[in-house]
Amino acid sequence: MSSKPYNHQALKALLFAVCLLPLAILLWDAWQQQLGANPIEKVMRRTGDWLLYFLLLTLAVTPLRLLTGWSSLLRYRRMLGLFAFFYALLHFLNYLVLDQFFAWHEIVKDIAKRPYITVGFTGFVLLLPLALTSTNRMMRRLGRNWQRLHRLVYLIGVLAIVHYLWLVKADNRTPLIYGALLAMLLLLRNRRLQGWLAARGVGRRSAPAATLRNPQPPAGSAPRA
Amino acid sequence: MLIRIKKASDIDSRELTDKAVYESRREFLRSAGALALAGAAGVGGLLASAPVTAGAKLSDYKKGAYGAGLEPTSYKDITNYNNFYEFSTDKEEPALLARDFNPRPWTLTVEGEVEKTGTFALEDFIKPHALEERIYRFRCVEAWSMVVPWIGIPLRDVIKRLQPTSKAKYVEMRTLYDPKRMPGQRRSLLPWPYLEGLRLDEAMHPLTLLAVGLYGEELPNQNGAPLRLVVPWKYGFKNIKSIVSLRFVEQEPKNTWQVINGREYGFYANVNPQVDHPRWSQARERRIGEFLKRDTLMFNGYADEVAGLYAGMDLKKFY
Repeated sequence: MSSKPYNHQALKALLFAVCLLPLAILLWDAWQQQLGANPIEKVMRRTGDWLLYFLLLTLAVTPLRLLTGWSSLLRYRRMLGLFAFFYALLHFLNYLVLDQFFAWHEIVKDIAKRPYITVGFTGFVLLLPLALTSTNRMMRRLGRNWQRLHRLVYLIGVLAIVHYLWLVKADNRTPLIYGALLAMLLLLRNRRLQGWLAARGVGRRSAPAATLRNPQPPAGSAPRA
Repeated sequence: MLIRIKKASDIDSRELTDKAVYESRREFLRSAGALALAGAAGVGGLLASAPVTAGAKLSDYKKGAYGAGLEPTSYKDITNYNNFYEFSTDKEEPALLARDFNPRPWTLTVEGEVEKTGTFALEDFIKPHALEERIYRFRCVEAWSMVVPWIGIPLRDVIKRLQPTSKAKYVEMRTLYDPKRMPGQRRSLLPWPYLEGLRLDEAMHPLTLLAVGLYGEELPNQNGAPLRLVVPWKYGFKNIKSIVSLRFVEQEPKNTWQVINGREYGFYANVNPQVDHPRWSQARERRIGEFLKRDTLMFNGYADEVAGLYAGMDLKKFY
């Protein structure tokens, strides 16, 4: 790691503020009554978009590290992952409170009967243990199992895309684009592909592929964001 | 089949609004709408040379008997939240993308099993009929709804004038296909042109309207100018916009949504809280402008008038 630790602290604080911007804009638009004719639907879309962006960003950290050799990127992954969870929580709360207004009967029926809601809800539930075990202490306690557990994020990414694909009426361009991005990010985790890329000079500056597949918790990482 | 219209079915106690309040609200909305348009015109003048045309006022129309007590959705919401895939699959974009769409001159073709076939200028086509305001509930298949003060002519009067032959069992309607003016058609998302159809008795039902305006003005482009269908007991997608052709046919037409996904969208598309869309519930709806969802009514609240059309039919099968 080339830069000094305090730079990372400052960058982390900045990143934290930036990650809150989508929420700030959403609240501002709500305050200004700029959420259109169907504000609840708009909140659903915005939070859904941002949880997906953050999921993809989180999953982009390892491939980016491989391609650029900037191993310090790993320091920001936890925050990105937690923001994915944060926007997923807002997405779910918007459904529970504003959209359904605690109509439990309807909600249970939705989750059981509507495949896109079943899939979305499953993804949200799977995010919970990841968020809960994101502390340094949990990382240490779980050891190798921490990584096994956190590979769930690959499945969560797939569930998010399927959820999106299954809810659109006809225009599936956007979910397909994000699906392709996700597929690329997952493929870049393939050791053979990494080797193939390395043989062509891509990601040469990075550490050997083998260590990339098993990244250690960042040494001396800052307290939980 | 002719069923006498009962006003009762139109009035739901929660929907009752004092007439004076409703009228004044409408006045307010109308002036607010005009103000907004004037403002937009000012800004638009700075941003682009394209004029923002406020809908021309429609003067000669009588107030219809329908919809007493229904509280119309705001002009702003009705004209800025539109499913009009010919312009965009986004619901806010049609208002922007259709701004420069010029619906004049407009011609309409009448063909098929009918005496008076031909191509007519829209004005000549409408002229023989008296315009009427009809305040109807509008229920989208996506489970949101509005109340729209349409202005139009009963389709039954038009059909009577056109004299369908005894072979005519259905009427098929087609939207304009013009990718230059309708940018959404440049992608083959739907098999253009958009196509819809009604059984002849549905088309002849007194509730079925050919709309040319709303809120006392000509139809805004994003709402299907200059001529659209309004069938208030059916899901929104049956209400085909920017119609260029009426064809009278013997066989049931395949409407566009049925063509692209027949498992989810049928020919009838009657509003029915008991028959869910395969992917979501149709039991409740969000009325635009309201917070809590409300229960969806059978045939969108027009069961007394239209249930007879479907007597003996399995509505789960004919969705």
